[in-house]
Amino acid sequence: MKLEQLRDQTGERRVVRRRIIAASVIIGLLFVALIGQLIYLQVGQHEQLSARSQDNRMRIAPLTPTRGIIYDRNGEVLAENRSAFRLSVIPEQVNNMPQLLSALDTLIGISPQERVAFARARTQARHFQQIPLKSQLTEQQVARLAVNRHRFPGVEVQAYLSRYYPYGTAAAHVVGYVGRITRTELRERDQRRYRGTSLIGKTGIEREYENQLRGDMGIEHIETNALGRSIRVLERTPPKPGQDLHLTLDIALQQVAEAALGDHRGAIVAMDPRDGAVLALASQPGFDPNTLARGIDREAFEQLSANPQQPLFNRALRGRYPPGSIVKPFLALAGAASGHLDPNANIYCNGTYRLPDVERVWRDWKPEGHGRIDLIQSVAQSCDIYYYDLAHRMGIDAMHEWMSEMGFGQSTGLDLPGERIGVMPSREWKRDTLGESWFRGETINTGIGQGFTLATPVQLATSTAMLANRGRPVRPHLLANASASALTPTTDRLVLEDEQLWQVAIDSMIEVVHGRQGTAKQIANANYQIAGKTGTAQVIEIGQDEEYDEEALAERFHDHALFTAFAPAETPRIAVAVVVENGGSGSETAAPMAADVIQSWLNQLDRNGDLALQ
Amino acid sequence: MATWLSNNAPGAASHQNGTLLQRGLHIDGVLFTLLLLLAGIGVVVLYSAFGGRIQPIQGHLIRLGIGFVALLIVAQIPPWRLIGFAPWVFGGTVILLGAVLVSGQVGGGAQRWLDFGIIEFQPSELMKLTLPMMVAWLLASATLPTPIGRSFIALILIGLAVGMIAIQPDLGTAVLVGAAGAAVLFLAGLRWRVISLLVGALVAALPILWLFGMQDYQRQRVLTFLDPERDPLGAGYNIIQSQIAIGSGGLFGKGWLNGTQAHLQFIPERHTDFVFAVMAEEFGLLGVLGLIVLYSAIIGRALWIAHEAQDNFSRLLAGGLAITFSVYCFVNIGMVSGLLPVVGLPLPLVSYGGSAMVTLLAGFGILMSIHTHRRMWPA
Repeated sequence: MKLEQLRDQTGERRVVRRRIIAASVIIGLLFVALIGQLIYLQVGQHEQLSARSQDNRMRIAPLTPTRGIIYDRNGEVLAENRSAFRLSVIPEQVNNMPQLLSALDTLIGISPQERVAFARARTQARHFQQIPLKSQLTEQQVARLAVNRHRFPGVEVQAYLSRYYPYGTAAAHVVGYVGRITRTELRERDQRRYRGTSLIGKTGIEREYENQLRGDMGIEHIETNALGRSIRVLERTPPKPGQDLHLTLDIALQQVAEAALGDHRGAIVAMDPRDGAVLALASQPGFDPNTLARGIDREAFEQLSANPQQPLFNRALRGRYPPGSIVKPFLALAGAASGHLDPNANIYCNGTYRLPDVERVWRDWKPEGHGRIDLIQSVAQSCDIYYYDLAHRMGIDAMHEWMSEMGFGQSTGLDLPGERIGVMPSREWKRDTLGESWFRGETINTGIGQGFTLATPVQLATSTAMLANRGRPVRPHLLANASASALTPTTDRLVLEDEQLWQVAIDSMIEVVHGRQGTAKQIANANYQIAGKTGTAQVIEIGQDEEYDEEALAERFHDHALFTAFAPAETPRIAVAVVVENGGSGSETAAPMAADVIQSWLNQLDRNGDLALQ
Repeated sequence: MATWLSNNAPGAASHQNGTLLQRGLHIDGVLFTLLLLLAGIGVVVLYSAFGGRIQPIQGHLIRLGIGFVALLIVAQIPPWRLIGFAPWVFGGTVILLGAVLVSGQVGGGAQRWLDFGIIEFQPSELMKLTLPMMVAWLLASATLPTPIGRSFIALILIGLAVGMIAIQPDLGTAVLVGAAGAAVLFLAGLRWRVISLLVGALVAALPILWLFGMQDYQRQRVLTFLDPERDPLGAGYNIIQSQIAIGSGGLFGKGWLNGTQAHLQFIPERHTDFVFAVMAEEFGLLGVLGLIVLYSAIIGRALWIAHEAQDNFSRLLAGGLAITFSVYCFVNIGMVSGLLPVVGLPLPLVSYGGSAMVTLLAGFGILMSIHTHRRMWPA
């Protein structure tokens, strides 16, 4: 028994000891593997993983600069920033998104459009980023959310600055609006400058002076935890606020101009002829930029764009209309100055005009004719025959040259985006655009501002100002204290051999308003003299792609009513151009509108003592 | 019991290793010092992992105290008493595990706890000690190398223990318990041929385990281990963030309390299972190499104790515990550094944790008992 129990202890010990050594070796190898992995991570991958750890703890948050405020000439605020509240969601912190959305919907109402926009933003967002769900919360909605906050983890109410246009629709085309930046817009610009904001000036001054208004983004380096929650700010470069802008526009006069246009489609441009400072630039119908700046949904925007009244279209800047009789004082001046016309001579107007060996008969607007008529009366009564004859004698080349000198078919250089240039036709122009040669008959039509001739209201006002200035052109502008280069006109001063002809042209326009037979005599006023010119332009055709019902179609064949004027005639302080689409006659529709604007402005100057009226 | 007859009389012990620690308190000075050093490092790292808060550190210190008291108590129990307890404590643990399965509390999606009113207690923790005791008892009672029959019985016992823990499910503990049992079997001289056969069977069983034996979250862990970037903000998040923490620590680390990954809460479970990442981030490669050297020293000392042990039971148990401890270290560091899938094991003596630390220190108590009761076998 004892012997049996006295086993081979040495042998057994050897077995276990061997295994202990084997285990040591295995453990050693495993630890070497561990050390290898640690060296791989801490030496081999160190740089890369360090960078990732930096990424982890630092969030670079852009700080949105406050956008510059836009004032009118009297310091009235046209565009400002108002604090508003929006609801944002961090999806990663939400357990059940559909449930959250429906709960929020019953609490404050979430529209389908907001849901769609939110879903779209989610797909583009980084992790733990706040995604806006609903903007422009009312005080009541903010209060409701505050009370129920504990129910909604991951939901935050954020204060932000929202663009606000206190005057609403007034001057909407001038001031423009801001909107969500598109990918295309972002591609065209320095993307880094737009990290902090999703808004960009879309039209008008907001777009023209985007770079000044926007300011410079600030940057905040924020240390965060894994939940994306900010712990502290490590570094902060404050944003540089945008520049405030003062415009030459007078919002009161602007409102007068818009009221004068009323429900008509049309435009009124008023400027100080001395320096081209734009006082009013109305385009009707307008729109409320606030709805657009607030983030209008796509559908509503498309509806606005597709509106046949084209409220988004800035007619003053982009509408091109045949100027009609507006061109007459300019042509009379050109004819006299170029020696094609004796300013003192008469012609006899019997109501019709013919070219030798041409079948066609050109008629005066007054079928029985004006009888004996001189330069002054040709403008005052707007005799067409006089200008058919003048055009025939000048020829298209001279007309083109002289009218271009006076701004027709030229850019005015107004500081708004998207100005369209009118047409002052010439042989080259026709060849280049239509590929056809010039016909003599077309010269005759050009003599009364019809045919190919097109002008924008801004250009008409600018040319009128040049006339008021007796040949000194101005560059229209909206930015007060604009730089010298921004004030340099696009054309040079027009010097005539006989400078007296300016007075003749001005006198003819005074006769339009103050003459016994003047076409706009109903707006005459005893306090000051207005020099003006009516225009009634035929609407030759309607674009084939435009669709209107019959009643609207009939309306769209009505003549455009135009009127340009400056006043007081001897010391001009305001030059105005009015275009009313399908407004009928210039004297009945357009002239009274211009008179309203002139009256309002001169009254204001009078009150301020800037002008002594008789 | 007859084996002990050949040992010297108790009186002979006095002239050997005659320090007070050894004779009076049954403490192995070297091992105890290493453990204290490790626990100290753990406190320092945990302080940072807790973001400089004192209160949780106090809780940790109290648990460490309890652990060391357990170590001291267990060290007083001589191996010849332990061997007598072995079948009884193993049977008791199996019954407790059964109780957990029947009426355990739900904790972290898994049933692991047994509530004794005042303290919650994980019986699976006990298994880390009682299974190697049981297997050592079983194998030491026959001649070594262990005969195939006994090995088979041992395998059944190991399978029973591991299975009961795995269905809780607690994969980490199951791995450790299995490692403890297997280590004893290995040390008992299980033939290499049988070992390779068993490993082959295990590998063959893996697909079956995958399909039927694993919870969904465990499968996720394995998949994520294979490719953490598969789900960087979901299941792979832990591994990626902890690798970022380790790698960004570099050679020298970011400095104590300066680990951004840890302090900004990117490291998951940073005071428990992933505390190693905190240390690697703040103390760099040099720091963790130091830690690994310390662990190696502890493991080396434990293996030495097994090597020097005077009977088979002591040898097998001491060696089994030493190997289990090394598996503990390897699995934790391996999973935190992305070498192994996440199985949910704390870093021994560093991680903040309750019963695991106590059982661990109690295990070292056994080692100390084995070492300090040499040549003191009763006649």
